[in-house]
Amino acid sequence: MRYSTYLLQRMLLSVVVLLGLSALIFLIARVIPGDPARIALGPLASRTQIASLRTAMHLDEPLYRQYAYYLGGLLNGDFGESLYTRRPASADLRELFPSTLELVVYAGLLMVVVGIPLGILAASYRDTWVDTTVRLISLGGVVTPAFVWAIVLMLIFAYALGVLPVAGRLSPGVVPPPVVTGMITIDALWGGAPSTYFDFLRHLILPAVSLSLAGVAQAARLTRASMVDIAGRPFIEAARAFGISEARIALKYMLKPSLIPTVTILGLDFAALLGNAFLVESVFNWPGMARYGVEVILHKDLNAIVAVVMVMGLFFVVINFLIDILVGYLDPRIRLRQMEDAA
Amino acid sequence: MAREALLDIRDLSVSFTGYRGVSRVLNGVNLTVGRGEKVGLVGETGCGKSLTVRAVLGLLRKPRARVRGEIWFAGRNLVGLSAGELQLIRGREITVVFQDPMAALNPVFTVGEQLRDVIARSPRHQASERETWARAVAILKEVALPDPERILHAYPVQLSGGMRQRVLIAMALVNEPALVIADELGTALDVTIQEQILQVMRSLVDAKGISVLLITHNLGVVRETTDRVYVMYAGSIAETAPTADLFRAPKHPYTQGLLASVPKLTGEGVPRGIDGMIPDYLSPPPGCRFAPRCPFVQPRCQQPPPWVEVGPDHALACVLYDGAPTGLRS
Amino acid sequence: MSTAVAAPAADQLRRTWYAFSRNTGSVVGLAVVVIVVLATALAPWITPFPRHARAFTDFEHASLAPARPHLFGTDTIGRDILTRVVFGFRFSLLLGVVVLSAAVPTGVMLGLVAGYYRGWPETVIMRVTDIFLSIPPLALALAILAVLEPNLQNAMLAVSVMWWPWYTRLVYGLVSSLRNEAYVQAAQIVGASPVHILLREILPNCLPAVLTKMTLDMAFVILIGSSLSFLGLGVQPPDPDLGTMVADGAKYMPDLWWISVFPGLGILVIVLGFNLLGDGLRDVFGVEV
Repeated sequence: MRYSTYLLQRMLLSVVVLLGLSALIFLIARVIPGDPARIALGPLASRTQIASLRTAMHLDEPLYRQYAYYLGGLLNGDFGESLYTRRPASADLRELFPSTLELVVYAGLLMVVVGIPLGILAASYRDTWVDTTVRLISLGGVVTPAFVWAIVLMLIFAYALGVLPVAGRLSPGVVPPPVVTGMITIDALWGGAPSTYFDFLRHLILPAVSLSLAGVAQAARLTRASMVDIAGRPFIEAARAFGISEARIALKYMLKPSLIPTVTILGLDFAALLGNAFLVESVFNWPGMARYGVEVILHKDLNAIVAVVMVMGLFFVVINFLIDILVGYLDPRIRLRQMEDAA
Repeated sequence: MAREALLDIRDLSVSFTGYRGVSRVLNGVNLTVGRGEKVGLVGETGCGKSLTVRAVLGLLRKPRARVRGEIWFAGRNLVGLSAGELQLIRGREITVVFQDPMAALNPVFTVGEQLRDVIARSPRHQASERETWARAVAILKEVALPDPERILHAYPVQLSGGMRQRVLIAMALVNEPALVIADELGTALDVTIQEQILQVMRSLVDAKGISVLLITHNLGVVRETTDRVYVMYAGSIAETAPTADLFRAPKHPYTQGLLASVPKLTGEGVPRGIDGMIPDYLSPPPGCRFAPRCPFVQPRCQQPPPWVEVGPDHALACVLYDGAPTGLRS
Repeated sequence: MSTAVAAPAADQLRRTWYAFSRNTGSVVGLAVVVIVVLATALAPWITPFPRHARAFTDFEHASLAPARPHLFGTDTIGRDILTRVVFGFRFSLLLGVVVLSAAVPTGVMLGLVAGYYRGWPETVIMRVTDIFLSIPPLALALAILAVLEPNLQNAMLAVSVMWWPWYTRLVYGLVSSLRNEAYVQAAQIVGASPVHILLREILPNCLPAVLTKMTLDMAFVILIGSSLSFLGLGVQPPDPDLGTMVADGAKYMPDLWWISVFPGLGILVIVLGFNLLGDGLRDVFGVEV
């Protein structure tokens, strides 16, 4: 019952964070010197043009009124017009974000299904060659930027071996599925086009792997470290003293408590994938948010920048909320503390 | 000992290799526990009590710890057994009640979940879920926990220290082992709760005929719980005697010092204490390890002390009693 | 007398070094960091073509594959990649040092104050910290660079703004537990001023964790900085930055692979060095960061 109180509290916190983020971006965008209208219209615009745009953008009104207008817009999903594409920024993002999201979700899956088992393996065979190998792999993952992985993997698999496509989401001859969600996995499989989906998967492998390697490494390290930490706790020695089998100790008594810190930090890493997707997308020419994001930054397109950053923030908050749910499930102490507080 | 020994530790030594060299922590420990007997092992923190427990259970990490000597349990030498064979003994024939009830239960599983895994270890109870559950409820009743069903569904964090300690006793006794090792039983709890815990423990092991090895630094607990005591100092047994004899007439200078360190509730006298500290295991004094702190130290203490029988079941490692008439000190 | 005092400190140092040196990784990390720092300091003298570090063209020797005298090859306008990688380390180190010297004191101070004073300073500082921490790191940097000119100074500013909250949180956590230590309460009882308690009693006990995190963060700051440069939002040409060079070479894949790959390896080496060193310090100090 009280678990819901906990979740409600976390949800409220998410809203506060989003408000804070919006205020921060608003301040960055409005308070920093430079007239947004002038920036938007360029140096050749006339004084009257600028004046009328200032009025349209509410730039002549006090700051708090401006924030209210801006916040009202955000709540309606209205980020204003992109001065770069001359379209509503929300429309641009609706087109571009699904493809980025899809890449990020696959990379996140890899992170969990490869990284955590690697960590368990390393912790179970601590101080053996298995452990050393996993540590070296994860070290490589942590210290190499995603764009370097992207370039190296592309050189090896796309150019030298030629087994995977160089760039893009689908091969030239393949007809994209009708856009429903914008995510090919769903659109193609829903539309009954498995061959399109397989073509997409072939294109996905390199970007998703390059994007996920740092996260895989981080997941393996975290899982290993926290399993080793838990392994030294008295309750593990107690379980061993009761003759519980080593496999059961590792996969039950050690794994669940050690997942708590791992999941918390992996949540942050998962959300950070969205940022790194910028780098990978630009290498593989992936039609996502990244190039748009960089272009609008270079063009000082404030509305579009706000939209991009808010979408990233929203994603971050949603992921963190999911993590809170998961951690609350894994750790009874969190749930019970809420109960005590409520009682 | 007239009774047949269930646990017979012979000349057990454990050493570790570390940064500054080899430390010999256990140095030739001899100890027996008879069937149905309650034996205490007393000593200061750091004297090697808990290490003895780990050695008996085969819980020392092999590459670091070197174990020599013999640990005979029910006719088998545990030192030579494989990890798998030891695992079969742990939780069935030998169990432990752990020191810190706050730390010995896994925080993320319910009591029922953890107790169930222990019951599943029992050779006698290859039982269905329902039977296992019934067994769990029954054992919680035996350790006098109210509302067992609720406790089985609770997480450790929801229970008081005393309740957790009872749960740990239940886990140790549920499979009716031959030997229970109680490591600092109840010393983390309030004195009043501790007393209840000891009573529960005593009545259950007596009823089931389980042998007990009680490891503690608390002399009061030893006095009221055990039949026979070993006093350990710096990795060796200093003295052993029937509990009553030891408290009435302690012989070893260390035992005497230990007993004199306990404040009396009656207010007679002031506790004396022992000067100095337990020696560094990396470079222990040659011969008797207590010599540097001993008020009766003499040149012969540079040699390993002899093991001297001074009475029925009463023996000690000290030159003061070697050939000389007993009662030298009085 | 003085030797009697010095001996324990020297012994302490020897022990720490012993623990540190037993881990191969830590020693490798230290070696890499030392070599990189020396190489950047001596770059004008040890690199084969120091003039290639900035704007320079030599079309006769453009796009050469790795071979003597250009061990890492040359770029499309004939500059020696090896030289530019070594000079590129300068920008990486500069970024790391500037960002941390801006972010760490700020973060540590706020963490000390928030951890020591309960009540509104704690609430305000930690809520703001939470908000900063819940913004995806790159998003914040992008937002800042969006309104400022993309260049090295602004990249440093942007990364600093996103970095201080981590130190606030780290120090806040440490102070919250140190506040209840007996020696802190003893200082309070004898009437020591809060400034004294924070700076002399509490701060020294936070330093191992902060130093360890700084070492590890050198690696991450360099990583983020190179990512920004890669996107064209950091160091601008003709300055040699590793991220910029990777991006530059990516246009000529796969034929001129060396233009990207060697600067990429350069990032890897410097990040690896600080990462291993930080891990080693963490183990030696036994701190959580």
